[in-house]
Amino acid sequence: MLLVLGICGTAQAAESAGMIKTSKGMVTLERDGQKLIAVVGTPVLVADKLRTGSDGAVGVTLRDSTLLSAGPNSLITIDKFAFDSTTTDGRMSVGVRKGTLAVASGKIAKKTPESVDFHTPTSVLGVRGTEFVIEVGDGRED
Amino acid sequence: MKWETVVRIDLRFPLLAVAVLLAAGCASERVVLLPSSDGRPGAVVVRDAGGEIRLDRPYAATARRVGSNETYQASPEHVEERFGAALAAQPMRPKSYILYFEVGSNQLTAESQAEFAKLRSEVGERAAAEVMVIGHTDTVGNAQGNDALSLKRAESVRDLLVEAGVAGEKVEAVGRGERELLVPTADEIDEPKNRRVEINLR
Repeated sequence: MLLVLGICGTAQAAESAGMIKTSKGMVTLERDGQKLIAVVGTPVLVADKLRTGSDGAVGVTLRDSTLLSAGPNSLITIDKFAFDSTTTDGRMSVGVRKGTLAVASGKIAKKTPESVDFHTPTSVLGVRGTEFVIEVGDGRED
Repeated sequence: MKWETVVRIDLRFPLLAVAVLLAAGCASERVVLLPSSDGRPGAVVVRDAGGEIRLDRPYAATARRVGSNETYQASPEHVEERFGAALAAQPMRPKSYILYFEVGSNQLTAESQAEFAKLRSEVGERAAAEVMVIGHTDTVGNAQGNDALSLKRAESVRDLLVEAGVAGEKVEAVGRGERELLVPTADEIDEPKNRRVEINLR
């Protein structure tokens, strides 16, 4: 009984990571196998997948003030996020499976850069308090 | 025999990198470091099976595909062409405010009332605005009383925002008492700069 309660508790406690602040064209959030339309104001939770269509673009502000924004045909995963807003301690891990992502790093990267990573299918990016863009293509275009 | 071993080790990493790229569907990947908006120097370190590349100048870039790994200097036009849609979708920059209080109370100083008016109008301009309010005190009074006072200050700013039409659940208010002095002082010192709330609007 306790074990069951424990599992339910974990499933419901998917932590808030941020919020959709801009959304254009087709943008969906995939959560627990469900697809949600990602309109402005939709909360983004840990383990969510953000997907944009060929006309889509989306901007998310994470709770530590990190800005993420993706262009068309992108798939971005919020793999880990934890942040204590009073101490600014935390950690995050964000994946770019395909498409384009622009990043302006936030308070976690400022305080503990070693707790922040961005990853692609073949590489891992470490961040030293900064802004950058990532592209993951299929190799055919150029 | 020894020579053979050395050759095998040298080959292993490039082969692994190619294998991973092939497994990822002939992926091509690109990373460009941008100038930071606050002008501070930044860097990105890109690690893969083949090693590590450090980008630490604005527009320094790396492009990788099967069998090649190119580092180059990108231009703003190149970034706009490949990343324009992603950059155009970037949310507004978060903004910080500090509001100050009269001694021992949750009454804003006259200057801070004017600053609050700016905060309120900026909240109204943002889509899906969220506000974090952290209250603080000076060292006059005991720690427990100051915990309560700092929270009261944060909550009074939240109430002012709610009166101005901001949804209450979009505003988080916490108190830190006298733990984080903006101006370090001894105990029982009346320091106006420490009687404050710090606000993060995002």
